[in-house]
Amino acid sequence: MAITERPLALPSGDVVEPSRPMGILARPRNAANWLTTVDHKKIGIMYGAASLFFLLIGGLAALLIRIQLAVPNNSFLSADAYNQVFTMHGTVMVFLVVMPMGAAFANFLMPLQVGARDVAFPRINAFSFWVFFFGGLMLNTSWFLGGGADGGWFNYAPNNGIAFSPSNGIDYWNMGLLIAGIGSLTGAVNLITTVLNMRAPGMTLMKMPVFVWMTLVTQFLLLFAIPVLTVAQILLASDRIFGGNFFNTQQGADPLLWQHLFWVFGHPEVYLMILPAFGIVSEVIPTFARKPIFGYPFMVFSGIAIGFMGWGVWAHHMFVSGIGPLSVTAFSVATMFIAVPTGVKILNWLATMWGGKLTLNTAMLFSIGLVTQFTVGGLSGVSHAIAPSDTQQTDTYYIVAHFHYVLFGGALFGFMAGFYFWWPKAFGYKMSEKIGLWNFWLMVLGFNLTFGPMHILGLQGMPRRMQTYDPAMGFNFWNMVSSIGSFILAVGTLVVLYNAIVSSIKWKKAGRPDVGPDPWDGRTIEWSIQSPAPEHNFDVDPAVESLDDFWHRKYQPDEDGKLRRVHTGEEIAQPGNGEGVHLPAPSYWPIVLAGSLPLIGYGLIYNLWLAVPGGIIMMMSLYGWALEPADDLDVDDHHGDHDQDPDTDHGEPVLETV
Amino acid sequence: MTDVLDENLDDANVFAGNEDAVDGDGHGTDDHGHGGGHHSSLGLSNMKLAMWLFLGSECLLFGALISTYLLSRARFIQELLAGNPNVTSTMPDFLVEEFQEAGSVQPLFDIPFTSASSFILLMSSLTMVLAHKAVHEADYRNSKIWLSATALLGSVFIAGQVYEFTAFYREGLTYTGNLFGSAFYTLTGFHGVHVTGGIIMLMSLLVLAFRGKLNQDRAETVELVGLYWHFVDIIWVLIFTIVYLIP
Repeated sequence: MAITERPLALPSGDVVEPSRPMGILARPRNAANWLTTVDHKKIGIMYGAASLFFLLIGGLAALLIRIQLAVPNNSFLSADAYNQVFTMHGTVMVFLVVMPMGAAFANFLMPLQVGARDVAFPRINAFSFWVFFFGGLMLNTSWFLGGGADGGWFNYAPNNGIAFSPSNGIDYWNMGLLIAGIGSLTGAVNLITTVLNMRAPGMTLMKMPVFVWMTLVTQFLLLFAIPVLTVAQILLASDRIFGGNFFNTQQGADPLLWQHLFWVFGHPEVYLMILPAFGIVSEVIPTFARKPIFGYPFMVFSGIAIGFMGWGVWAHHMFVSGIGPLSVTAFSVATMFIAVPTGVKILNWLATMWGGKLTLNTAMLFSIGLVTQFTVGGLSGVSHAIAPSDTQQTDTYYIVAHFHYVLFGGALFGFMAGFYFWWPKAFGYKMSEKIGLWNFWLMVLGFNLTFGPMHILGLQGMPRRMQTYDPAMGFNFWNMVSSIGSFILAVGTLVVLYNAIVSSIKWKKAGRPDVGPDPWDGRTIEWSIQSPAPEHNFDVDPAVESLDDFWHRKYQPDEDGKLRRVHTGEEIAQPGNGEGVHLPAPSYWPIVLAGSLPLIGYGLIYNLWLAVPGGIIMMMSLYGWALEPADDLDVDDHHGDHDQDPDTDHGEPVLETV
Repeated sequence: MTDVLDENLDDANVFAGNEDAVDGDGHGTDDHGHGGGHHSSLGLSNMKLAMWLFLGSECLLFGALISTYLLSRARFIQELLAGNPNVTSTMPDFLVEEFQEAGSVQPLFDIPFTSASSFILLMSSLTMVLAHKAVHEADYRNSKIWLSATALLGSVFIAGQVYEFTAFYREGLTYTGNLFGSAFYTLTGFHGVHVTGGIIMLMSLLVLAFRGKLNQDRAETVELVGLYWHFVDIIWVLIFTIVYLIP
């Protein structure tokens, strides 16, 4: 962004000298540095890499669980260690794997799909990533500092009090997620502003790709859900650290308060984990079925409906908590209703594929995997909506089967489809299809072997969160099957990393052949720029005329009304010439500010004096951030750029402040 | 809407809500002569939209805190009337008796005092509006006066809260003692922290103003701080009604 030095004409004819930028501190010059970057594509890639890193930790915990449960009366893990492992598995997977993976796609892709230069607030974007990453790291340092949290990822009161969990594990859970939550909140503000305010000319709301819509709904859910969790965590911190009484039953406190606060956050959370994956497959399936998405408005409005109804179903997590028959009935009905918009989506994906020329490559297979496996998880979900049935199933492995089918079989399969689909746009090469097929089939086999049997175990009555079981209970066979499946699944998931590395090496050996801007014959405007996406995204603002704009520029009806290709993607793609484009400059402050928060967190856990340096760094970096010039590096070179007559350049300039 | 002008506003806005912005040229409109006046899809600046979103999120934060307070106070009164010794032993006898007699926590509050400090906070919204108007109209002398007045009124409110907390603590209501103490100090304290944050922003604006950097083209920065300030005031109206006035 250039700073204009020339006087501005006001309607009255007066002249106002624009204020000087307030910069007193230097900005980093090296735009390629990952620590100071504010480029949404790099930040997206860092989100993805960080979530894969945490996936290894969470996956390792999952394997420990399955080893422990493979045979009855196993003593591989103690009960205490088992509590920590399953708690940290759930927490890491939900908050540090699935959520940031959605953020990775939102960051990388959404600005490209709306035709923006970057997100609305690039430095806040960098801050969001770093604060999530540091919060996640802080949570995981608990493994080495007295043991992890052991209250389950939902961390029910009064079990999460000092009396029942005297180690610091739950304090780490609390502080780590509180800090990571700040990142989600700032990210939500940033991404919503970007979607609403920075669309390319002509891109009205109903011409936005489905993925952008799902990102918008997801970020609104985050915007309103995160503060509720924050309040719950503040109350817990107050109880555990400052001697508050919010969950102290001896003082008459109501521990159900925690459940309500947690699930008012927790159920929208469920939808904000799955909706990005829904958006991804809504882009992948039309591309490889070579048909437009079936019922675009229904896709959009069902997503919005899920977003609204997601707020009215939280108490179905609490049917056995004694919330009363009226509440149970209301939430039971609401939960059955929320299956309708989800069913609409499933139907529309099927109808999109119906009669299409399907290309069954890895990305498409993973998408079909989501549609299939999510349907299984959705159906078992509806069975939870029926309160009497849920009373039987609650806290059994049936529930575990359900949410792994929607979160792993659904969300993670969708993200895998997204990795294969957009990999060339991010890195400039395709991942190997041959290894990709191995990746998919190993994961499908391992996944269904691991979680399919849990339906049976649950209906047999095997309780969740118990570290072992008696051989006479009849759980032996299916537990062994599940444990074997989990190792197949682990290998299958690792194949994606192997594929990325092997394909990269091959590509570099072959002299980095250009994959072309549009390797899949894509539909949306991110395929109209070079691969990998140039740093400045679009050379010129793309003018959008219709939904699937890029496709309609490539294919147009001939005189018989038949769609014919009139251009290849290469012909009409932007050449990637970023001359004269101003980009937001990198900055030190996002990472410094984010780094100060865990210091305060450790201070709250151990000794308030430790929080003092954190607080000082925080205040300094807030002012450093505010005083940093918001313009780009080469501002000095561009003083002469704006020498046109202001009236022809900008129309009638009006000082517009309300 | 002019790109150039708004860029400068964006640059200025860093103070208000610690942010930066790429809109204007972020789209590269004038670099490539695309023209067409495309600036922001909604015609609202990014900063203002972001502030509204943030305030929407804050509504849920205070909503959850207020719900917690209402639940905790009801539970506290219920236990107190039932004579739960764990609860009655946390406060001096005269306070327990007063509460039991009234069947509520009203005897603790000094309504005239808190009404006065509430009035002061509400008046600061008026001075905030005047401050924004002054900057908008390039009336830099009055902008300093009204910004100072807003910050001062906010500080008086905070001083009143500190006094009130001290008085309640001396009477025997502690943070760690019982449910009501925890809930009351947390809710009102959270609001106090928000007001303090607003005062810090106002002081930062004042420093800019005295260094001659708070010009007309930065009026939106003042407006953003104003939005936050009014929001905090409205929340106080809710808290004052729910905590102090409704038994």
